[in-house]
Amino acid sequence: MRPHCGSSRNRAARPTRELAGSLRERVLDALATVYDPELDEPITELGFVTCCEVGADGDVAVRLRLPTSQCAPNFAFLMAADARDAVRGLPGVRTVGVVLEDHMTDDEVNAAVARDGRFADAFPGETRGELHALRDVFRRKALVARQAGVCQALLVTGATPEAVTSLRVVDLPEDAEVRRCLHLRAALGIACDADAAAFVLADGRPVAAAELERWLRMARLVRTSLESNGGLCRALLERRSGLEEVAV
Amino acid sequence: MYEANGEKYFVMDGHIHFWDASPANWVQGQEKYAKGWIECFHAYQSLGPPETHWPLEKFQKYSEEDFVHDVFEEGKVDVGVFQPTYLKSWYSTGFNTTEVNARLVEKYPDKLLVNGRWDPRDGEAGLRELEEDAERYGLKGVKLYTAEWRDGSRGWKLTDREAEPFLAKCEELGITNVHVHKGPTIWPLDKDAFDVADVDHVATDHPDLNFIVEHVGLPRIEDFCFMATQEPNVYAGLAVVTGALMHARPRFFAKVMGELLFWVGEDKMLFGSDYAIWEPRWQLDGLMAWDYPDDDYSDYPRWTTTAKKKVFGLNAAKLYGVDVPAELRLPDETPAARDDAQLVEDSA
Repeated sequence: MRPHCGSSRNRAARPTRELAGSLRERVLDALATVYDPELDEPITELGFVTCCEVGADGDVAVRLRLPTSQCAPNFAFLMAADARDAVRGLPGVRTVGVVLEDHMTDDEVNAAVARDGRFADAFPGETRGELHALRDVFRRKALVARQAGVCQALLVTGATPEAVTSLRVVDLPEDAEVRRCLHLRAALGIACDADAAAFVLADGRPVAAAELERWLRMARLVRTSLESNGGLCRALLERRSGLEEVAV
Repeated sequence: MYEANGEKYFVMDGHIHFWDASPANWVQGQEKYAKGWIECFHAYQSLGPPETHWPLEKFQKYSEEDFVHDVFEEGKVDVGVFQPTYLKSWYSTGFNTTEVNARLVEKYPDKLLVNGRWDPRDGEAGLRELEEDAERYGLKGVKLYTAEWRDGSRGWKLTDREAEPFLAKCEELGITNVHVHKGPTIWPLDKDAFDVADVDHVATDHPDLNFIVEHVGLPRIEDFCFMATQEPNVYAGLAVVTGALMHARPRFFAKVMGELLFWVGEDKMLFGSDYAIWEPRWQLDGLMAWDYPDDDYSDYPRWTTTAKKKVFGLNAAKLYGVDVPAELRLPDETPAARDDAQLVEDSA
């Protein structure tokens, strides 16, 4: 029998069966590499994965639920399609079913994701293209916000603007935040080899010492925007889950 | 009039609604969307303090008595501005129309203003309707909802060629306040419906119009702020910022307020409750009591009594030409004689 998530919620963190335990963990790890493009946070941390079940034969069923039924369809599609692609390549996975639930466009998105379609296939005649440009815009925002956080941490330790802007990638600390920055740079086609500048503007040019203060000020605003948006999404999702528990 | 700590505040709520989203008003075949829309709004209401939550049934359709109580009596709002949202694809008589709003304005002419709307997809007929509405309702503003569905079209932009005659018509008719909804929305598809670049463009082309970006482009506050610093005629409508964040996410609210005060400034921020998503009273009380939580915010502008007076009502009163009682104005707006006396005293 193929696994399916049914209609119950919030079972993502619970192992479903002993046998498939390790594969399920790898599936969850793969889902953790899928980011909400708008918030630059993994869908697993945001609580968007409401169910993940793995059958003995390697059939995977994933359910996604967003904070409101009206969340933007473009980002909803990207997350569902990215989840599908992230899980599909894993050794031991035979089939992947990703279902977006309780969304105003769930029928359209699910049908397109199931047949391996693109965004335009989900909404024929209603879009003028794919979502690469949109994703690109938000990756640049995320890069600016995250880099500035790394940079601020260095400045707090007493580094001067001249010193931090002359740093190279190889000089950066080894941590998750820096890895995320480099991942974003690679995805955007911005140089990220060891000798490349440690801190770059949204368009990839190195940040100059003279423009550091303004860049940080702008980056703080971008960070506030991303974080408060994430906070709003979490608050709405909490209410959505909470309200339904009361109602049931 | 709102009073706190011995200070009196003129309150102009720049963003209120009187809607009917009850099932009887749902368009047949569109129930999924009509229901989803109002339930999404209802979820937003749940971000306010628990004692301000309404049952869904009341939230779908509330009475005139509720409105008068919540906005005027309890809410202390001196003047409210209705911002219509038609959504006639989903709601038979519209969700919240100028026509319905205007019936309340007739009853409370000193306390309510109603804004109109237009949609470039209506073409010539739309221009004539705007002229008629302007005359009938004495419009000083419009609310534009660029993401609204229409017969296969999934929204529009202010920079669309078809929008220009409408902006010109606004100038001609003295409809100087153009409120643009940039915020949680319905159907952006491959575009980003929060993108404020179109406002940037038309604000430059129409310096005599004021563009009030509702919900400050949340969640794209940064794009809005960068734009607002460059355009003198762009304003921040605070609806949703206070309602959704102040209670549910106070730390983010502090950051967003700080950034708005820094980039946009206290002269260009307008209070809006977004009633009936949220009632005005708790938002005013919260804004009155609010301050930065700690020293991390030392380089943001202060939230002073003067700033509160401007944001609560004086800024909007200026935009709408509303006469503010002398005792509620700022000191520098009082008759010149007093200022002169002050100056003489200072220099002595």
